[in-house]
Amino acid sequence: MDKPLTKNIQLERGPLNIDDYIKAGGYLSVQKAVKSMAPSEVTKTVLESGLMGRGGAGVSTGFKMGAVPMGEHASKIKYLIANADEMEPGTFKDRLLLEGDPHQLIEGMLISAYAIGATTAYIFLRGEYKLAQKRLEASVAQAYAENYLGQNILGSNFSLNLYVHMSAGRYICGEETALINALEGKRATPRAKPPFPPISGLWGKPTLVQNVETLCNLPHIINHGVPWYKALGKGVDAGTKIYGVSGKVKRPGAWELPMGTTARELLEVHAGGMKEGLQFKALLPGGASTDFWGSDRLDTPMDFSSTAKIGTRMGTGTMIVLDDKTCPIGMILNLERFFKQESCGWCTPCRDGLSWIAETLTAIENGEGQTQDISILARHARLLGPGSTFCALAPGAASPLQTGLSRFKEEFEQHILTKKCPYQH
Amino acid sequence: MLSTEETHEIDLEIKKFPYKQSACLEALAIVQHHRGYVSNEALKAVAQYLEMSETELDGIGTFYNLIYRKPVGENVIRICDSVSCWILGYEKIKAKIKNELGIDLGQTTPDNRFTLLPTQCLGTCDHAPALMIGDDLHRDLDENNVVQILKSYQEKRVVKDTIDG
Ligand SMILES: Cc1cc2nc3c(=O)[nH]c(=O)nc-3n(C[C@H](O)[C@H](O)[C@H](O)COP(=O)(O)O)c2cc1C
Ligand code: SF4
Ligand code: FES
Repeated sequence: MDKPLTKNIQLERGPLNIDDYIKAGGYLSVQKAVKSMAPSEVTKTVLESGLMGRGGAGVSTGFKMGAVPMGEHASKIKYLIANADEMEPGTFKDRLLLEGDPHQLIEGMLISAYAIGATTAYIFLRGEYKLAQKRLEASVAQAYAENYLGQNILGSNFSLNLYVHMSAGRYICGEETALINALEGKRATPRAKPPFPPISGLWGKPTLVQNVETLCNLPHIINHGVPWYKALGKGVDAGTKIYGVSGKVKRPGAWELPMGTTARELLEVHAGGMKEGLQFKALLPGGASTDFWGSDRLDTPMDFSSTAKIGTRMGTGTMIVLDDKTCPIGMILNLERFFKQESCGWCTPCRDGLSWIAETLTAIENGEGQTQDISILARHARLLGPGSTFCALAPGAASPLQTGLSRFKEEFEQHILTKKCPYQH
Repeated sequence: MLSTEETHEIDLEIKKFPYKQSACLEALAIVQHHRGYVSNEALKAVAQYLEMSETELDGIGTFYNLIYRKPVGENVIRICDSVSCWILGYEKIKAKIKNELGIDLGQTTPDNRFTLLPTQCLGTCDHAPALMIGDDLHRDLDENNVVQILKSYQEKRVVKDTIDG
C-alpha cells in the first residue's frame, strides 16, 4: 500500500536533509509545476483530485484555492499560511508530519503558493512544538540555500519568502480568522465572515489558510496525478489519512492509512484493541469537538463524506477511546472545561454558556446534580449549535455534550439519583 | 529599557512582517527568554519600541499561556490536563508532583526551582500522560518515572551551580 505522506518518516533517524530528500524524489513537484504547469492547472488538478482539507472541516482544497482572486487585477500581494497550531485535544497527527518530514511541508507550501500567486508564506506553529521548530527552521534555511525558496525559484518568475511564526498556546488561534489576527499581532479573536480569507485575510490581502496535512498531500498529487490519488482512498473520499488512536488501548499511535478506513479497523487492528480487562464504551472520532460514537458506529468509514451522510463528523481523524471503567461524565466535564477555558469570550452562548455547562457538570460529577440539570445542559448544547456564534469553537463544544447526554443518559441519571460518581477515580 | 541583545533579536523578527507591531508576540517571547517573565517594566519597554499602547500589548500577552506576566521558577512544569492524559491518569501524576515538590498548580517552590502549571493537550496523546519542563517534552509518564524526571532537573541545577562557581 502506498503511504506517500509518511514514506520518508523514520522517527528514530530524524528527518531527511535537503540532499537526501531530493534523492528520495523530493521537490520534483515544484520542478514540474514551475516549469510545465500554469498556476490554474495546479489548482484544477488539486480540485479534481478530490483532496479535502485535513484541518477538520473537510472543505475541498481545490475549491478554496480557486477562491483566491487571480489575474492582473488581483492583488499583487497574497499570503499562504500553513496552520500548524494543532491544539485540538486528542490530536497529534500534524506533529508527526512536522517533525518527521519538514521538507514535505515546505514543498506542499510551494505548490499551493505557486497556484494562488502568493509571495509570502508563514508557518503558524504552536508554541510547544519546539522540536518541529528546530527542524523546520533548519529545513527552511536549506531550501533557501538551494533556491527552492527566495527569489526566482529554479530560474522562474516565481518567488516565495517563508517564515516560521511561533504561537504561544491558545486553542482559538487555530481558527483561521483568529489565526490571521494573531499573525497580525492582534488579540486572537475570530473575525466575522464574510469576507472569507481567500478574498480578504492577512492585512486585508487574499490569504489561504491550510492545514499541515492538507499541504503535505499536494506534492504527491502533482507528481502522480488524479487517478492515482483517488485510488489511494478506500471509499468515496480520495487519498490517505493520518489516523490516530489514544485512550486505554493496547497500542496507541498514528498511522497513514487509506481514507475511509473504518473506526473498527483503527481500534481493533492498528491500536490492538482495548487494554486487558477493559471494554470499549465509546469514542470521539476526531478530537474533542466531535460526536461520541458507540459500537453501533464502529463500521463507519472514517472519511468526510460517509460521516456527513449520517449526520456526524470525522474531525481530525485522531480518535479518543473511552473504556468502561472511566466515567463518561468526567470525560465530558474534562472536554467542556477545556472549551470554557479556551473560549475567546466574543459571543455570549460560548463565553457564558460554557461556564454554566462546566459548573453544572462539576456538580453532577460531585454528586450535587439536580434532575433538571440534564435538560439545562441539553438547552445549552442547542444554544451553542451552528449559526449562533462567530466561530466553530462553540458548535464543537456542543458535539460531545449533546451526543454524550443521549448516549450516557443512564449514567447522568445514576449520578444525580445516587448523588455520587459510581466510577473510581 | 531593552538590552542591545533584545532589540537586535526583536529587529530580526520585525523583518518577517510588513508592520513592526505584528512582531509583538515574538518581542514578548524574546524579552521573557532573557528575563524569565514579562514584568510591567518590560511590557512598557516593548510597547514603546513597537509604538503600540501598553494596554493593547498586555491584552495580547495575557491572551497566551506561554507568556508569563508574573515571575516563574527556573523550570516551568506544564502538565497536560486534557482528555487523553486525563483518561490515562493525569490526576495521579499531578498528585505525585504536588507531593514531591510541595506545591499546587500555579505555585512556585520556595527555592524558585519549579513552577507547576496546567496545560492543554500537548499533541502527544498516544504517549499520554505527558508534561513539558521548559522546552523538553516528557511522555508515557507513570508515578515512578515522573519522580526520576523531576530529580534529573534538580541535579541539572547542581551541575550548573558548580560550573558557575
Ligand atoms: C477553535 C478552532 C480551532 C482550530 N484549530 C485548528 C488547528 O489547530 N489546525 C488546523 O489546521 N485547523 C484548525 N481549525 C480549522 C481552521 O479554521 C481551518 O478550517 C483549517 O485550518 C483549514 O485548513 P484545511 O482547509 O486544510 O482543512 C480550527 C477551527 C476552530 C473553530
Ligand atoms: S464561539 Fe467562542 S471562541 Fe468562537 S468567537 Fe465566539 S466566543 Fe470566541
Ligand atoms: S491529551 Fe495530553 S497530550 Fe493530548
